[in-house]
Amino acid sequence: MAASVRRFFDSDLWWSFTRSPVTVVSAIVAAVCILGAVFAPLIAPHNPFDLASLNLSDAFKPPAWDEEGAREYLLGTDDQGRDVFSAIMYGARVSLLVGLSATAFATLLGVTLGLLAGYVGGAVDSFLMRICDIQLTFPSILIALLVDGVVRAALPRIIVWLQERGVLSAEISAQLAHQHIALFVVIFAIGISEWPKFARTVRGSTLVERNKEYVQAARVIGVTRARIMVSHVLPNVLGPVLVVATLNLGLAILSEATLSFLGVGVPPTQPSLGTLIRIGNDFLFSGEWWITIFPGIALILMVLSVNLLGDWLRDALNPKLR
Amino acid sequence: MFAFIISRILQALPVLLAVALISFAMFAYVGDPVAIMLGQDYTQAQRDALVADLGLDQPFWVQFGRFIGNAVQGEFGLSYRLSRPVADLIAERAPATLELAFCAAGLALLIGVPMGVYTGLYRHAWLSRFFLTFSLIGVSLPTFLIGILLILVFAVWLGVLPSFGRGDTVRLGWWTTGFLTWSGVKALVLPAITLGLFQLTLIMRLVRAEMLEVLRTDYIKFARARGLPNRAVHFGHALKNTMVPVITIVGLQLGAIIAFAIVTEQVFQWPGMGLLFIQSVGAADIPVMSAYLLLIALVFVTINLIVDLLYYAVDPRLRIGRGKGGH
Amino acid sequence: MSNTAPLLEVQNLRVEFPTRRGTLVALDDVSFSISPGEVLGVVGESGAGKSMTGAAIIGLLEPPGRIAQGKILLNGKRIDNLRYEQMRRIRGREIGAIFQDPLTTLNPLYTVGKQLAETMTTHLPIGPGEAKKRAIEWLELVGIPAAAQRIDSYPHEFSGGMRQRVVIALALCAEPKLIVADEPTTALDVSIQAQVIALLKSLAREKGTAMMLVTHDMGVIAETADRVAVMYAGRIAEIGPVREVVKHANHPYSAGLMGSIPPLDRRVERLAQIDGAMPRLSAIPQGCAYNPRCPQVFAKCRELRPELIDAGTTRAACWLYDTEVARG
Repeated sequence: MAASVRRFFDSDLWWSFTRSPVTVVSAIVAAVCILGAVFAPLIAPHNPFDLASLNLSDAFKPPAWDEEGAREYLLGTDDQGRDVFSAIMYGARVSLLVGLSATAFATLLGVTLGLLAGYVGGAVDSFLMRICDIQLTFPSILIALLVDGVVRAALPRIIVWLQERGVLSAEISAQLAHQHIALFVVIFAIGISEWPKFARTVRGSTLVERNKEYVQAARVIGVTRARIMVSHVLPNVLGPVLVVATLNLGLAILSEATLSFLGVGVPPTQPSLGTLIRIGNDFLFSGEWWITIFPGIALILMVLSVNLLGDWLRDALNPKLR
Repeated sequence: MFAFIISRILQALPVLLAVALISFAMFAYVGDPVAIMLGQDYTQAQRDALVADLGLDQPFWVQFGRFIGNAVQGEFGLSYRLSRPVADLIAERAPATLELAFCAAGLALLIGVPMGVYTGLYRHAWLSRFFLTFSLIGVSLPTFLIGILLILVFAVWLGVLPSFGRGDTVRLGWWTTGFLTWSGVKALVLPAITLGLFQLTLIMRLVRAEMLEVLRTDYIKFARARGLPNRAVHFGHALKNTMVPVITIVGLQLGAIIAFAIVTEQVFQWPGMGLLFIQSVGAADIPVMSAYLLLIALVFVTINLIVDLLYYAVDPRLRIGRGKGGH
Repeated sequence: MSNTAPLLEVQNLRVEFPTRRGTLVALDDVSFSISPGEVLGVVGESGAGKSMTGAAIIGLLEPPGRIAQGKILLNGKRIDNLRYEQMRRIRGREIGAIFQDPLTTLNPLYTVGKQLAETMTTHLPIGPGEAKKRAIEWLELVGIPAAAQRIDSYPHEFSGGMRQRVVIALALCAEPKLIVADEPTTALDVSIQAQVIALLKSLAREKGTAMMLVTHDMGVIAETADRVAVMYAGRIAEIGPVREVVKHANHPYSAGLMGSIPPLDRRVERLAQIDGAMPRLSAIPQGCAYNPRCPQVFAKCRELRPELIDAGTTRAACWLYDTEVARG
């Protein structure tokens, strides 16, 4: 363990990381965002969703450095007296959660299908790639919107249908019909919109690996196809997947923000940064700019740092540029 | 050449059919047109009559066939929300979106391509670094945030540009244009920048990446080895080779503008097809949603086709069979 | 060897690559000359520095590689320290280049005629009409049938061998005095190789063009070169007339190299091989770079690096030929 840690710090990867101040800064910013988001309930100065703690007379306070601001509300408050800074931390939490889950889902789906398509080939490959082609013709945000809209509209009927057939009990149906399901719908929608990129990449790598000698040797020995795919080919095609995943994380977070801004994203009880921006947008004209701008800046910082890290990772792992 | 076009069209048909199928499935199964049309209370007899009238008791494929038949004639039924023919609604809104998309695309191309070429050729100039930083931020900004920021600066603080609506428009037959009035043009500025900025950064990064890739090739090395001047190497050889893959992707990106217009139209309350779509999603107005979908698919497939043709025209390697092969 | 002034002179050339693990020396104190009309072969294993030498001469070393020391002189004038624009004028016009892979050397989007014409109009005082006429003549000269029609063909419409002929035409069309050919036949089918080499040889002879022919194929060298330089680990091990180096190599490495080629005129049980491998640039031994593998190594070899010493028929960088050293 200690040896591999030492090896990591001695590697070209670490060297190129430390050599680029931009990357180091963005890694720090990303870490701060992530930590702030993860530990929000513990370290946020206020809990903006605890209705009892809200004080309406504190509403519309500008940021602390403004003369009308208050020190306890660092970035001001919104129309309900909620502390913007705390709201951002909780919002970042949701944004990150959705972004990571959606990317993980897309990765899982894409890698599995890509591996299958590349290794098994034939009709399976043609079919899967056709679907990818069709889906890639459209921008992912459209796909996400569509899936979100359709599932949202169809879900109540599906739940009723399942309940009538006794698959789901009444309590579970009630639970599912609750607003929380919207969160999963969003994650599902964004994940579905992103999987083709992973599938394509993995399929390409799999096609290359499939013809290599170690795979043929395994086949000759009699290893089952499934095992070859998972134990032999998969580890070798994961490299580019990491890069695609990192680059897609930023995109997923932005997609969620856009969906929430449009009103079809996460439920209002669990606002993400996108939701906060939408809420704040209404107050832009009356001059309370901080309600929308600060969540916006937080979003930009988060996505920017993730993108920069993704860029660095892609350049560092690209053998052609070494 | 002709065979090429035909084969491409044939390849496009399954895509359209798949989208039509999804559209129709939404139409038929997700919405409940009967309940919506008849309102809250209705008798079973009324329901049966409407069902027969709409042909909802027919088998799936018959209904699908009717759907396609209607769609081809531009008949998409009535909007649940507004009770007006969907086709009319779309025709009303289309010019707004198209004009916006056109401006945004023009902006993205006219600025993005030269920026990309510059940063590809002169990697280490400070201007290049500046452009790159700018592009990185551009890619990390969601479209709606750009819109909000622009509104804040130019509409709220400076008050020079409008933040919603199209301004005054002029009707030319079926089309309404905002180009011919001063307020119409002013109204176009912020939304066009918002919509185009993301595309601009994407195009710039793409062109740059391609340019860098091309500059590393053997034939560029050989061109230099032959003593060709920089102007010929960079613009004669490198640029031409860069443009070939760029054309494809740029074409596809421009199709994306039409989709991203959804967000921009929401921010600026721009009365286009995108805003219509969003309002429909919120109200589960299935006829509008499915018509929009089909239309978008048509647009994308057409753009793909045109891009393929362009590719064919520009890259001689695709024109195999000109009959001059030899040893 | 003639006594006329050399066309190209390379003196003590040293090419370095700064890396994060220190500076790698790719070429170390390389010196040789080429007379007008002469063909100098440069052989050696992969990584010995042959291509690097060619790149340095035409001024297209890939950064971060740079010429750290030494001089390159063309017709007595230094060309290694010229600015880019000045060197550009020399490239193509005075020194031509041929690269290895004809598939990637030609721009796929331009016709063959256009690429020929633009090279000529860049360097020669002729107009486009005249350039096109000459382009057709060049295609005929390199043996492309129906040249007047093929002038408007694209590179992908030719076969590999034909493409390399086009590349040769491109290298020669501005009428340079020297050609640097880097593995010109390695990427071609064996049956085509002979034709292309013969073409290169006859054209060079006809136009009086000197050539630096870089390859790892001894057969090509034996056929085509007047003199040959054997490179090892970024240095020249031996240099001399082709016949002498091939038949009676003086440097142990050259001898080993020649000996490892299967002979056609007698049966051998096993091919002779040299133990070990050429050292990596980051780990070149002290003294003579070949000393760990040399069957005739002695103490001095491990301490001091030999320069090229007169060994009778050739010059070899080997202490065996140092008259002051007591052998034994």
